[in-house]
Amino acid sequence: MTTRLFGEAVQRREDPRLLTGQGRYLDDLGAGALAAAFVRSPHAHAAVRDVDVSDALDVDGLVAIYTWEDLPERLAQPLPLLIPHPALTHGRTARPLARDRVRHVGEPVVMVVARDRYLAEDACALIRVDYEPLPAVVGAEEAVRGERLVHDDVPGNVGAHLVQSVPSAGGRGAAEEIAAAPHRLEFRLDIERSASMPLEGRGVYARWDADDASLRVYSSTQTSTSVRMALAAKLGLPLPKVEVIAPDVGGGFGVKIMHPWPEEVLVPWAAMLLGHEVKWTEDRREHFTASAHERAQVHSVRVGFDDDGRVLGLDVTILHDHGAYTPYGIIVPIITSTQLPGPYRLGAYRVEFSSVYTNTVQVTPYRGAGRPQAVFCMERTMDRIAAHLGLDRTAVRAANLIQPDEFPYDQGLTFQDGRPLIYDSGDYPESLRLLKELIGWDSFAAEQERAAAGGRRLGIGIGCYVEGTGVGPYEGGHVQITSDGRVHVSTGLTSQGQGHETAFAQIAATELGVPLERVSVVTGDTRRFGYAVGTFASRAAVMSGNAIALACRKVREKALRIAADALEADPGDLEITDGLVHVAGVPGASVPLATVAVLANPLRYAFDDEAARATQFAGASPPDRPPVAEGEEPGLEGRGYYSPIRSTFASGMHAAIVETDPLTAEIRILRYAVVHDCGNLVNPMIVEGQIHGGVAQGVGGALYERMVYDEHGQLLNASFMDFLMPYATEVPHVETAHLQTPSPLNPLGIKGAGEAGVIPVSAVIASAVEDAEGIPITKMPISPSELFDLRRAAGDPRAS
Amino acid sequence: MGETAHEIALTVNGVVRRTRVPGRRLLSDCLRHDLGLTGTHVGCEHGVCGCCTVLMDGEPVRSCLMFAVTADGHEITTVEGLADGARMSPVQRAFAECHGLQCGFCTPGFLCTVTALLRENPAPTAEEVLEGVSGNLCRCTGYQNIVKAVHRAAEIMAEERVEEA
Repeated sequence: MTTRLFGEAVQRREDPRLLTGQGRYLDDLGAGALAAAFVRSPHAHAAVRDVDVSDALDVDGLVAIYTWEDLPERLAQPLPLLIPHPALTHGRTARPLARDRVRHVGEPVVMVVARDRYLAEDACALIRVDYEPLPAVVGAEEAVRGERLVHDDVPGNVGAHLVQSVPSAGGRGAAEEIAAAPHRLEFRLDIERSASMPLEGRGVYARWDADDASLRVYSSTQTSTSVRMALAAKLGLPLPKVEVIAPDVGGGFGVKIMHPWPEEVLVPWAAMLLGHEVKWTEDRREHFTASAHERAQVHSVRVGFDDDGRVLGLDVTILHDHGAYTPYGIIVPIITSTQLPGPYRLGAYRVEFSSVYTNTVQVTPYRGAGRPQAVFCMERTMDRIAAHLGLDRTAVRAANLIQPDEFPYDQGLTFQDGRPLIYDSGDYPESLRLLKELIGWDSFAAEQERAAAGGRRLGIGIGCYVEGTGVGPYEGGHVQITSDGRVHVSTGLTSQGQGHETAFAQIAATELGVPLERVSVVTGDTRRFGYAVGTFASRAAVMSGNAIALACRKVREKALRIAADALEADPGDLEITDGLVHVAGVPGASVPLATVAVLANPLRYAFDDEAARATQFAGASPPDRPPVAEGEEPGLEGRGYYSPIRSTFASGMHAAIVETDPLTAEIRILRYAVVHDCGNLVNPMIVEGQIHGGVAQGVGGALYERMVYDEHGQLLNASFMDFLMPYATEVPHVETAHLQTPSPLNPLGIKGAGEAGVIPVSAVIASAVEDAEGIPITKMPISPSELFDLRRAAGDPRAS
Repeated sequence: MGETAHEIALTVNGVVRRTRVPGRRLLSDCLRHDLGLTGTHVGCEHGVCGCCTVLMDGEPVRSCLMFAVTADGHEITTVEGLADGARMSPVQRAFAECHGLQCGFCTPGFLCTVTALLRENPAPTAEEVLEGVSGNLCRCTGYQNIVKAVHRAAEIMAEERVEEA
């Protein structure tokens, strides 16, 4: 490989478009489309007795009104349960429009289609739904008491229950090890609800071509291929007659991996019925009450440990609030359960979760997907152990770390992909050393003391994590070199700001030996690539990156074979530089890839001068052989799939220094340090950007963001005025150091990076606030008023 | 019953645009859907996120909090009007150079805000930059590279002023 772009901080190729207003997001499409709007339940739990649309019929510009009764059979059924699991014994999903019961505020009841959105909302306002309110179940602890039911046929509101146990080396279970341990602790830890909250909400735009009987749907989704299959199934269309495209997507962070949304099937259905384009663009309030949330869990921890702080037994019981429905299964608590051990070698481990229904918005993965809770649990435990033994917090972690010579390390658990959770590589002690150096851990005590002398409260905190990334089952890539020398790369998974057009082009350019400018990348368009899973779980670079590399290698091999014929050389002596195939060390003897592409496709017709070289009288192929040899295909193109045996495990450690105001209890982050290991970096600039963004979301989750439901199941802060996302003034400067431990599992040696930044932040901030205040921090997020209350409860004289 | 439409004329990116809008039509919707300038984005429709920020008579305004009729007779600059022909403005170039955007949805609002900020204050301090961008939400970048881009844009503009002089 002579054109080395892999690993360079190349500027993003998507930026010129996005910086000049030429991006094409969902609502930028379909200028002539009709607009859909929805009547949604104002009640958290109610029976729907009647829908009266008569007043709405006079609205000028109204086109159609649909209720559940109008839906054909396939659409009238509950939506799919995407990830079934044997432990999810009582999985329930919603119907696209409510039939006779609504189970959270925001659940769609009626769809209106009108000339524009203003008019559609006018009509919605005139539709009268007769509800009989029922008592709401709010909060996991109320749910598990089972006094009121969210679904009449789900006793105790328990959707799923799962236990995983890993015995110690001595064959004893966690309970036994804890009982026998020299030291024991027991405590409870809480994390509240938050949400992905991309700045672009969901949206879907459908075009039905009646002449061709085909459907084209644009959706602001993290998985266009699966939306396509779901639509074909739900609308009863042959798969080749349905195409789904994810245009520019204004952020996802997990929520857009959920599919098919009610709106995602209803809008295309309406477009088919009406014979007219229909579009729905989610507004912010809808996003709060009708998409998905995450994070809320209660954890009960029991731990036994020795005098050095080594964990001999850990037992965690998790109560997970999955909201009103379980369309995405129980992936979040499974990830919490299995990623909880982090970089540590635990003696014995037992984890149990119950996943319960509440009358709140459903829960599906949000960046980190159960890991922030897991890390909060494990790292709070490490801090507790250190406090109990009077040891330095990093010393306790060091005593428990898995050592570099212990890989592959089998945690003995079953991961979210149904496969054994085996860490592939890492260097955790080096990561800890780097972090301590970066934040100045060992000199902090003196700094803290100096600050205290001046009346300031400082604290330092730490959080470590291991993240399973690049989950299967597979991704694919297609690479085609056309006779103009351009390289066209496509992959089925989607993009929401991760810079795939750049990173994947870097991989292709490096593999093929062509200038970056000649490579173009298309993602998330089923017209170009139909087989894919989607963009989530920090998997895009690992999965599609490797698939594209494999496709490029096939194309390269073919190019060398054809060029070897043309140059009368041995393919093994050839290399490609700047798009020219040449004999290594002999730059004069070369053939451009453009020409190779021409020769790869034997032609009858010459549409231009270059093509004439491949026509039948040009002597391009010997007359005694078929023009396309057996086992070959015309064209210089190839397809590659990457399907790993299991996930690859990235890791990292964060530390922060915070200052808490002695009077107002305001918490300020003074410094934030990250050591990050995602294997080989494709584009360090993009990886850094992912970390910055992740940390910012983590800071939001640690200090500001929460979904506040009242006892009636009303979301009290469903706007950006009340759901506090951090602005530039709330996010600290992030200092980063990279460690690169390549993954042995994939050809490029890369691991995922998308979620990493967000994962340990709540743990880190809790650790730092606790250090500053000397008060145990057991619930996140923490607001100034909550810290003030903790101070008061702890008898702080200034908090009274 | 039909809505009353009002004839308005806006000067958008230097071009007079006439259109008829109902009184309740938001400026953001008018720009996006009536005039086809979809670079201005709508993230919350209640004036908090700043995605819809455009310049009205040179000042940043939230186009989701204004009716189109209120902008009648005014000059509007949207993200589509920031570049000088094919050459991106210093602010746009700085955002590309510093990786100041990821999904790009909030970016037009930031670009308009920063363009006005640097016109008022060509050499802002670190604090002034932070303050200047603190009314716009970004969910992707963590702001670090946006802040860096604002400083870089100030630098590029200073360099170009020297070249011109």
